[in-house]
Amino acid sequence: MAFESLSDRFQGILKKIKGQSKLTEANMEDMLKEIRVALLEADVNFKVVKEFVNSVKEKAIGQEVFTKVSPGQMVVKIVHDELVSLLGADQCEINLRHKPTIIMMCGLQGSGKTTTSGKLALLFKKKMNKKVLLVAGDVYRPAAIDQLVTVGKQVDVEVLNLGNKLSPVDIAKKGVEKAKMENFDVVIIDTAGRLQIDEKLMQELVDIENAVRPDEELLLVDAMSGQDAVNVANSFNSKLHLTGMIMSKLDGDARGGSALSIKHLTGIPIKYAGIGEKLSDLEIFHPDRMADRILGMGDIVTLVEKVQEEVDEKEAKKAATKFMKGTFDLNDMLAQLEQINKISMSSMLRLIPGMPKISEEDKQKAKESMKVTKAIICSMTPEERKNPDIIKNSRKIRIAKGCGKTNQDVNRVLKQYDQMKEMMKQMRGRFNGKMPNF
Amino acid sequence: MGLISFLKDKFSKKEEKNEKYVAGLDKSRKNFSSKLKLLTKKYSKANEAYFEDLEQILIEADVGVNLALDIVEVTKKETNEKKLTDINQINELLVDKMFISYAQQGDNIVNEIQFKEDGPTVLLVVGVNGVGKTTTIAKLAYRYIHQGKKVLLVAGDTFRAGATEQLTVWAKRLGCEIVVGRENQDPSSVCYDGMRKAKEDKYDLVICDTAGRLQNKLNLMQELSKMKRVISKEIPDAPHDIFLIIDATTGQNGVVQAKAFKECTSLTGVVITKMDGTSKGGIILAIRDELGIPVRFIGLGEKIDDLQEFDLDQYLYSLCLSQEEDE
Repeated sequence: MAFESLSDRFQGILKKIKGQSKLTEANMEDMLKEIRVALLEADVNFKVVKEFVNSVKEKAIGQEVFTKVSPGQMVVKIVHDELVSLLGADQCEINLRHKPTIIMMCGLQGSGKTTTSGKLALLFKKKMNKKVLLVAGDVYRPAAIDQLVTVGKQVDVEVLNLGNKLSPVDIAKKGVEKAKMENFDVVIIDTAGRLQIDEKLMQELVDIENAVRPDEELLLVDAMSGQDAVNVANSFNSKLHLTGMIMSKLDGDARGGSALSIKHLTGIPIKYAGIGEKLSDLEIFHPDRMADRILGMGDIVTLVEKVQEEVDEKEAKKAATKFMKGTFDLNDMLAQLEQINKISMSSMLRLIPGMPKISEEDKQKAKESMKVTKAIICSMTPEERKNPDIIKNSRKIRIAKGCGKTNQDVNRVLKQYDQMKEMMKQMRGRFNGKMPNF
Repeated sequence: MGLISFLKDKFSKKEEKNEKYVAGLDKSRKNFSSKLKLLTKKYSKANEAYFEDLEQILIEADVGVNLALDIVEVTKKETNEKKLTDINQINELLVDKMFISYAQQGDNIVNEIQFKEDGPTVLLVVGVNGVGKTTTIAKLAYRYIHQGKKVLLVAGDTFRAGATEQLTVWAKRLGCEIVVGRENQDPSSVCYDGMRKAKEDKYDLVICDTAGRLQNKLNLMQELSKMKRVISKEIPDAPHDIFLIIDATTGQNGVVQAKAFKECTSLTGVVITKMDGTSKGGIILAIRDELGIPVRFIGLGEKIDDLQEFDLDQYLYSLCLSQEEDE
């Protein structure tokens, strides 16, 4: 089990300690070794691991004297606190007080600059109502400009495309000029990926920096990157004035320890995290929540926020009113199921503590059965959906034919509907016809 | 130490050939070997602290904790058994052990693609996002066009914005044919078209690009299995080779990647890219150690001919044995 997740491993270690009444040198030694290996396998930098393990040790052994109640919990807290301080104590967002706010993206090849540019544009546009301009500054990689143009279309944000004949410095200048003339709030300059040891290309970034004086210079860090990530960040930071980093591909199963060490060793804060391939899959990075997640304590705050975001409140209210009135029909059932589906299919499940074990396969199955239910309901006439009682045998046959399923499948949906309706009746009885105060 | 003299023999013969290799790996190598050299200055004899430093060097090269501990352990044991005291000798022993550990994990592999006598040979290229799949495909195509093969590219990444355009630009530059699909078209159907064309027009080599995917996305991995099935339906025993592209900067997740892709597509090799940076790419040793998958090619730069056959001797040599006079 070399590659169990960091939280699994910590849970395992802490379980071992929970059985013990007291922290001794010996059982601490064991735990520290495990923590060390776990962090190294999570790609946390060697030096950071050393520091981390030492400070946990110091703190744990010091506290042993006056806390006798639960050594296990004590260690959880120490490890957690240390992780939080390793990750940086506070979250921080991009400051958009300048107009236009100029953002420059940089990083190694394939770290996700172009996709993340699009994600940021969407975030500023959707959540903050900003007018955003994307500037296509990667003139080297074939079709990189096409990629940004397509991304721009997807998020409905204007892209400045000057082709690949101009130098990236001139393109950046023109982008900022345009933004000033046309009253844009934010300019995001995409740049080509480059190695930190490529002096010519690094100089180009410095030239862009001098030409447009960006308010934010963001380094993209791949969550999968290894020990060398710290050197990369150091070089970029020594030539530029990085204001933050964005961790990409955090939806993978890489533990992302490298980005954590960068934070620790360079002091550059992690501002956002990329958590999926959709352009809306970008979230503010929360160090404290991340530490919780590493420890397997779940991430309730993010969960609640996600649910609020994804559940259509109007829909939910409509359904609630209907169910209080007792007019719940198949349309409502479909809407309800879709809401549930939305929540469970998104990245949310992994945030629920004690419940991260829902496999992709189960999710897939649930998705499939949702699809079938939807197809069946959609094959009914509006009248049938409103008044399912009229669905008798010949209607069932027609519906089954219409969606390419069998009579049994139709029956199953109708039965599911009856059950839901019955359940709602019971609940209504309990609340005496008044809306419960959740 | 017969093996070491054997290694050195081998290296000295290859001196002229590996210039490019050495130049490409310059940065990675400097880092690693200068660290090893530093040890010879720091320690006059082998002690615990010295072996801990060895461990650190390996871990910082992304070799992975387990493998690093193993290699250091056997090195330590043999040092004690043979009562070695010279740090230089022990350093060489370490490289020796790394060589053996890699070589023992599987059969000898021919790096070059083996072409079939009759019908097209098919290569499927897979990997996570942003590792350099499309660029590597262009480099491979260039390599085999130069060997006089008729090469067809299949733009199987219908998902990422600009991916098809990227490969099309390369096809134009290389002067080879390409099969493309519509945006968001099922990549399997693009593969199908590609296989059809390859058979009809008698291509020697078909290289299929795929969209980058994280290995924990089940549906995307299933899509990959489907592409493989569709290919074998059209051309039996194809795809003949499936390459996993790994970025040299990848940390320990590389092993997880290799494992997941191996399960769903039966990989035949790894191509490690971006080795012209400072990353040491030690993860390839861990992948070989845990899964037995060999490295076939190594990407050493952004130019179209910056792709070399992987050579373990030279890789380890460039990484460890070189005696640079800098620092």
